[in-house]
Amino acid sequence: MEIPKSFLGYKRENGRAGTRNHVIILPVDDISNACAEAVANNIKGTIALPHSYGRLQFGADLELHFRTMIGTGSNPNVAAVIVIGIEPKWTKKIVDGIAKTGKPVEGFHIERTGDIGTVMKASKKAQEFVMWASEKQREECPISDLWISVKCGESDTTSGLAANPTVGNLMDKLEPLGVHLCFGETSELTGAEKVCATRGATKEASDKFMKTWSAYNDFILKEATDDLSESQPTAGNIAGGLTTIEEKAFGNFQKIGNCKFVDVLEPAEEPKKGKGLYFMDTSSAAAECVTLQAAAGFNIHLFPTGQGNIVGNPIEPVVKLTANPLTVKGMGEHIDCDVSKILSREMNMSEAGDKLIETTLRVANGRLTCAEALGHKEFVMTKLYRSA
Amino acid sequence: MRLIYKILKISNNQFDTIYMATDIIIHDEKDNVGVVVIEKIIPKQDCKCWIMENDTSANIQSMDEIPLGHKIAMIDLNEGDTILKYGHDIGKVIKSIKKGEHVHVHNVKTKKW
Repeated sequence: MEIPKSFLGYKRENGRAGTRNHVIILPVDDISNACAEAVANNIKGTIALPHSYGRLQFGADLELHFRTMIGTGSNPNVAAVIVIGIEPKWTKKIVDGIAKTGKPVEGFHIERTGDIGTVMKASKKAQEFVMWASEKQREECPISDLWISVKCGESDTTSGLAANPTVGNLMDKLEPLGVHLCFGETSELTGAEKVCATRGATKEASDKFMKTWSAYNDFILKEATDDLSESQPTAGNIAGGLTTIEEKAFGNFQKIGNCKFVDVLEPAEEPKKGKGLYFMDTSSAAAECVTLQAAAGFNIHLFPTGQGNIVGNPIEPVVKLTANPLTVKGMGEHIDCDVSKILSREMNMSEAGDKLIETTLRVANGRLTCAEALGHKEFVMTKLYRSA
Repeated sequence: MRLIYKILKISNNQFDTIYMATDIIIHDEKDNVGVVVIEKIIPKQDCKCWIMENDTSANIQSMDEIPLGHKIAMIDLNEGDTILKYGHDIGKVIKSIKKGEHVHVHNVKTKKW
């Protein structure tokens, strides 16, 4: 298959391109959710991103909070942003961070005004932003403007046999075209960590990966009260035939094909070393991982599943694929790309990779994903430890 | 001429279908387990296996009913043996397993955590 050299995206002020054109209402903290949701309810075409945190956090955990907030607002799938927080200082910090992209952003704080006054002021600005954004047109963008993140979920053995290698095949074909790629799930590489480390493009990248994996593994060993058999693999994984974390890890690892990773990113950290594959230190929980990848600037997500994970994200479209024929049959409304014919050997890996590239480009051009059509908008912040 | 081509094409397709019928896929020739890729296999079923890595075939008779996605032992395995899949160590045998039996959490455990 000849791979198209472009897609239709929204060109942003900072030179990036979006696959979506969202106007978001971003609460800085948990207690500002009500206000943000009221604004999104008032002004059609905007979406609120409620979450559970943002108060009394400190240190690395607070830095991650700001990185996730600013990164989410800065993502090229977002045209404009309203930020609402209880206090002025942290609200302004997030507004200033997003403003560096050049996109319209305005902050409102609730103290001294109350919810009703804030909702009124923020709604007026949100209306202005959404009407402005509605005139933006899709334009031809080079395929290298795609930043593709990947994560698998509700995996079973069909994931490692077929759906994950399909993603790997796509990576092998798109990496030479200059796209950015990102995989994560630190804990789910346990058992395959040494093999994964050999995929660093430099010794520095390999060493950084081993250090990151070891730190996560030490944390799990410290906090674990049993052998994790209730959590990793999950009950769904086990029902699908996965027996151990090592088996899950080698299946997971198939997603990167033959690519080498150029750097290891902190959670929600934007890649800075140009095109190519990056590893990000993330949890293996689907919504947490996708939220972090979206906050790092990735504009389309590929999600292979076995038993049928249904996750979506409010700003980054999540494309689902599966090779499990029972999942296609039972919950086909969640599956964007069916590669189950690999198991019956009616389709080879290269054909499956081509099919996924075609699906990815259709979604990049504007086709809704199943998760978008079904209203999945899971926005889940990663929290590193207790607040002060 | 066109007709002959058509007949050849049909017979080729039929040949492909017969050749490609696979009950179990094995990732790597070093693996001692395979994965069931049809809805289920039943006891005493003669199963066709395909080894992905080197595109070769093998046969095995199952001992248990094993559902889609679950593993079958390709050889006899003793307690303490290592399970190999993708050509790599994915855990240890905690209860001996006979060739053709179901391999899962009841007889295999992680070496991590």
